[in-house]
Amino acid sequence: MTAIILQAINGLSLAALLFLLASGFTVTFGLMRVVNMAYGAYYLLGGYIGLSVMRTTGSFELAMLVGSVAIVILGFFVDRFLIRPIGSNHLAQVLLTVGVAFFIGEVCLAIWGGDSLKIQLPSYLRGSVELPGGIYYPKLRIALIAFGILTATSLWLLYHKTQIGAVVRAGVDDREMVNAIGINVDRLFVLVSAVASFLAGIAGVVGGAFLTLNPGAEWDILVLALVVVIVGGLGSLEGAVLGSIVVGLLDAYGRWLAPDFSYFVLFGPMAILLLFRPTGIFGKEH
Amino acid sequence: MAASDALLEVSDIHTYYGDSYVLHGLSLSLTPGKIVVILGRNGMGKTTLVRSIAGLTPPRRGEIKFEGRPLTSTAAYGIAQRGIALVPQGRRIFKSLTVRENLMLPTSTLAKSKKRASHTGKQWNLKEVLDEFPQLADRIGNLGSALSGGEQQMLAIGRALMANPSTILMDEPSEGLAPKLVQQVQEILLRLRSEGHAILLVEQNLGLALAVADEINVISSGRFVFHGSSDELSKNTEVLDNHLGVAKGH
Ligand SMILES: Nc1ncnc2c1ncn2[C@@H]1O[C@H](COP(=O)(O)OP(=O)(O)OP(=O)(O)O)[C@@H](O)[C@H]1O
Ligand SMILES: [Mg+2]
Repeated sequence: MTAIILQAINGLSLAALLFLLASGFTVTFGLMRVVNMAYGAYYLLGGYIGLSVMRTTGSFELAMLVGSVAIVILGFFVDRFLIRPIGSNHLAQVLLTVGVAFFIGEVCLAIWGGDSLKIQLPSYLRGSVELPGGIYYPKLRIALIAFGILTATSLWLLYHKTQIGAVVRAGVDDREMVNAIGINVDRLFVLVSAVASFLAGIAGVVGGAFLTLNPGAEWDILVLALVVVIVGGLGSLEGAVLGSIVVGLLDAYGRWLAPDFSYFVLFGPMAILLLFRPTGIFGKEH
Repeated sequence: MAASDALLEVSDIHTYYGDSYVLHGLSLSLTPGKIVVILGRNGMGKTTLVRSIAGLTPPRRGEIKFEGRPLTSTAAYGIAQRGIALVPQGRRIFKSLTVRENLMLPTSTLAKSKKRASHTGKQWNLKEVLDEFPQLADRIGNLGSALSGGEQQMLAIGRALMANPSTILMDEPSEGLAPKLVQQVQEILLRLRSEGHAILLVEQNLGLALAVADEINVISSGRFVFHGSSDELSKNTEVLDNHLGVAKGH
């Protein structure tokens, strides 16, 4: 029984991390139909930058801030000068952004080397807490789940309760029509993309403490985030929440119960879901 | 009509989708308080004309002037900000937004232009629009996707009005509507005309078109083949037969 609960918490903490990455991916895709495969590399680079900041200043908060702001700046230039000029061809976008991801990966390898690195936790996140029922659990994971809930709630409020959120949702429905009522969707996209990059950078720093930073980690996390987005439905924030939870739990229980088949545990249900709902759980026809 | 009265002047525009050449040199002008109707069969280029003016499919050649200044290199959002509103074919309301959110979107600060000259006609706001379309008031919190076709059409018109445009482009607003709702569309058109809006109306409903038009253009394969009044069109059996598919003795 305890193990089941522990695995649930494991799964939910991974879910929180995945949500940070997948929410940005899904909303930017929904709004602009841009496929950006570099989000995994954004995550990794954000994490490495956070690691260096943590090593030099010892401040985890500063590491999160610098890591994410750096990714916002990088993301802006990638959008503006690489993705936008190639237009709306998805295959070209995929190839281009995979190239960007490889480039970022090489730069990371050159600077931070090939070993697995971990960001040191601040003292208040070290150790365990006792949960009701006498279960001890790492503070970091609990904090990560809380952070995920906080982020999801903030994004939900922003998306559903503000005018700018309404404009973004309208853009996901029909971007051309948003332009036709007088709103510069390209400029709006800069804002949405900045939020997405920010979250990817934060995810990297958090992930660097929770998992490890190493060459290849960008693809591991990207694949999981893609599954989240596909299961939840492209362009849906609720889908990203639900997809993250599903993927996080499947991954945790899969590794625990069927370690040799953990990838199958993840992709099997996804394939079956897509057979019945090709647009994902919350996805709409486009 | 003197050219100087015109709010919007379209001169000899040629519009393409990729290599496909759709509009072969169209000209027209819109004046406050007048309804210009475009009639034509399916696929003749009516929507393309509307899209050309709205900046969604900019013409490759020719000129569009609004308030005396060229629009041709202005992006769609900029054209809307200058006071040209679109009621598109198929309504295209935002389905995952509520009725209220749909209506409020054009009033967002993101849609406001500092350069916009305010027009002298009626100023629309949420209350005015809901008074005009009582069926929307009852469904203010519903999602766009939950509305009937008629309600969606009224929402599309209401959304356009919320921007307080001087000029309104309406693409087949009566398409698929029950006769009673077509009647409502007609009343709104007449009301907007009397309030001094300049209106371009694309229609396939000949009755509605003849009832409201100050001027009619018939389009065929991207060219105007008739220009005149409702009376002149009613008598022109050649155009009615060949370009509108209306039987003789209509
Ligand atoms: N996006 C597009 N790409 C390529 N060709 C298009 C596109 N949209 C329309 N066309 C073509 O341009 C021509 C004019 O189309 P348009 O939509 O302007 O006609 P329409 O008069 O509005 O017809 P309807 O009454 O059916 O709405 C048609 O031959 C159509 O097939
Ligand atoms: Mg049309």
